[in-house]
Amino acid sequence: MFERIIAIIIKEFIELRRDNSARFRLIVPTILQMLLFGYAATYEVYHVSTAVLDLDHSQESRELLSHFTASNRFDVVEEARSQRDITAAIDRSDAAVALVIHAGFAELLRKGRSAPLQVIVDGTNSNTALIALGYVNAIAANFAKDYATDLAQRISGTAGARQVQVVLEQRPWFNPDLNGRWFFVPGLIGTLTLVIVVNLTAFAIVREREVGTLEQIMVSPIRPVEFILGKTVPFFVIGLFQVALIVAVGTLWFQVPFAGNPLVLVLGSVLFLLSTLALGLLISTLCSTQQQAFSLNFFILNPFFILSGFSFPISSMPQVLQWLTYVNPLRYYLVVIRGTFLKGVGLGVLWPELAAMAAIALILLATSILRFRKSLE
Amino acid sequence: MNAGQPAEPRIIAEDLVKRFGSFVAVDHVSFRVGRGEIFGFLGPNGAGKSTIIRILCGLLRPSAGRALVAGIDVARDAERVRERIGYMSQKFSLYRDLDVEENLKFFGGIYRVPRAELGERIRFAIDMAGLGGREHALVSNLAGGWQQRLALGCAVLHRPPILFLDEPTSGVEPASRRRFWDLIHALAADGVSVLVSTHYMDEAEYCHRAALINQGRLIAVGSPEELKNTALGGDLLLLECEMLGPTLAALQSAPGVLDCSVFGNSLHVLVGSAERSLRELPDYLAQRRLPPTRLVRIQPSLEDVFVQLIAVDSAKRRAA
Repeated sequence: MFERIIAIIIKEFIELRRDNSARFRLIVPTILQMLLFGYAATYEVYHVSTAVLDLDHSQESRELLSHFTASNRFDVVEEARSQRDITAAIDRSDAAVALVIHAGFAELLRKGRSAPLQVIVDGTNSNTALIALGYVNAIAANFAKDYATDLAQRISGTAGARQVQVVLEQRPWFNPDLNGRWFFVPGLIGTLTLVIVVNLTAFAIVREREVGTLEQIMVSPIRPVEFILGKTVPFFVIGLFQVALIVAVGTLWFQVPFAGNPLVLVLGSVLFLLSTLALGLLISTLCSTQQQAFSLNFFILNPFFILSGFSFPISSMPQVLQWLTYVNPLRYYLVVIRGTFLKGVGLGVLWPELAAMAAIALILLATSILRFRKSLE
Repeated sequence: MNAGQPAEPRIIAEDLVKRFGSFVAVDHVSFRVGRGEIFGFLGPNGAGKSTIIRILCGLLRPSAGRALVAGIDVARDAERVRERIGYMSQKFSLYRDLDVEENLKFFGGIYRVPRAELGERIRFAIDMAGLGGREHALVSNLAGGWQQRLALGCAVLHRPPILFLDEPTSGVEPASRRRFWDLIHALAADGVSVLVSTHYMDEAEYCHRAALINQGRLIAVGSPEELKNTALGGDLLLLECEMLGPTLAALQSAPGVLDCSVFGNSLHVLVGSAERSLRELPDYLAQRRLPPTRLVRIQPSLEDVFVQLIAVDSAKRRAA
């Protein structure tokens, strides 16, 4: 059994060594994508272009607006003179947010009553709009609180300042600054590896089928399990190298802390690689041309990505889609990666994820071995 | 080798049928190949030669009929058959990014040639293919003839007693083809049974026996001599004349003439009896003011035989 597996492994490595572009293809795009994602993929919102319209012209209204000007979340790009200017600014996408303070704002406040601040948001990018609204809220609330304290002091001296308040003390664990990059970069280990490994292996068998070498293999007494295992090992080694490369860029370049046990991450990576390899090989046994493999790849990888929790929270998905995430190895691997990188948790916590990936890998590998027929029909 | 069935059959095909949907690719084909025999499959492209070979290698399942290779039913136990056969597919199927020796080592590993023997077997294959000194040449850089000989070397590395070669010489220059056939003869002399397909009709001469295949059916089987002498069902005459067209038309209805076709700037006339036609035809044509300048009996080439047989067979099917 082993001499055949070894023969295939040696052959695959020789082919890889002769393939001059392979070294380039395996290293450069990985690092580039890593840098690209690391810098570009962020949900944080800064410098939202903002238009303001102050119809009150009071000290209070100027005070409120200065809070916005001072924040780096908002850039006031236009001081409008009329409601129409505001509409135009939003239409032209000059401004994503518009703040309107109507006449009588200060008067209401001085009487101790609620005064409205009108906020118009461009909802075409719902995500940015939502986050920007949150900041508007925070700034307005801050202003209101200070104003109320101030007002109370003026009316009834220091005693009046003692109002009942709930103070929120935020303690985000594992990522105290809620740095988005710390969330994204470890996740990239999973997504990039998935794409690279499935792409490589999906073509591993189809290519031989197309070139004709597979027919020569089929008439030999080799067993499907020997052939598939021989194909798995080289790509497994490449996959491990990819993981190491991405982890290195993440920790050394992006300075993402690694709190946990590296061995747990290695174990998780091994199981994840086996399941993605098996997935790629399965695609390869199902397709008869590289073209087919390419489309199937495309069709499969996107859902894996979306249903993984990489960027969209699984808990917000419809129930049926949540069930689907259970067969997605990436879902488990992301938990392992984030768990080891940020939380520093070990086997005691992560064993269900590891077990799930092992099960998926086994089932997929077994299926591709059974699916691989040594016949042309 | 004689026309009869071989005494020690290594390959037995019995009533093989292969359908792809409604298309019948192989239509009740039966034959036997003996030990040390070179059995040729001849026929136009798409005749079903490759399909039969693939059935015998266990790559395709027959729709009906039985195939025994080395005494083993291929449909039942393809894996045991595969240990005993060597195969060269129609498409070149070695690894182009590997060098000569790496390819041989790879197939040595796949066939589990014992380590102690492997060096000697690789040496043998390299010598046989005439690739000495090119052990480290990339296969993609080798010319067609070398590639084919290396493919043969890989196919016999594990000393299979049976060899299937599917159009091994297609696209190879004539001198290399000749050399390839010498190799096949050397293997057969050692007792290897060889089933080889080709669409070069002249290559039938290199086979001990040849089968002519048209549209999935075996339409003639025999040694090259037998095919030339009897397969036509008549004698062949060569006729040279002034006016080819009118003579051809006149001969179609001449007594004793079975068939007539243009061959270069002369005519090949198939007749029931050479003696009688040599006597009668000159007068018959002279009466029609088409006197032949030359009329002689000739030995048909295999190409004559095949062209004739395929034309008759195809016409019969159209009529049916």
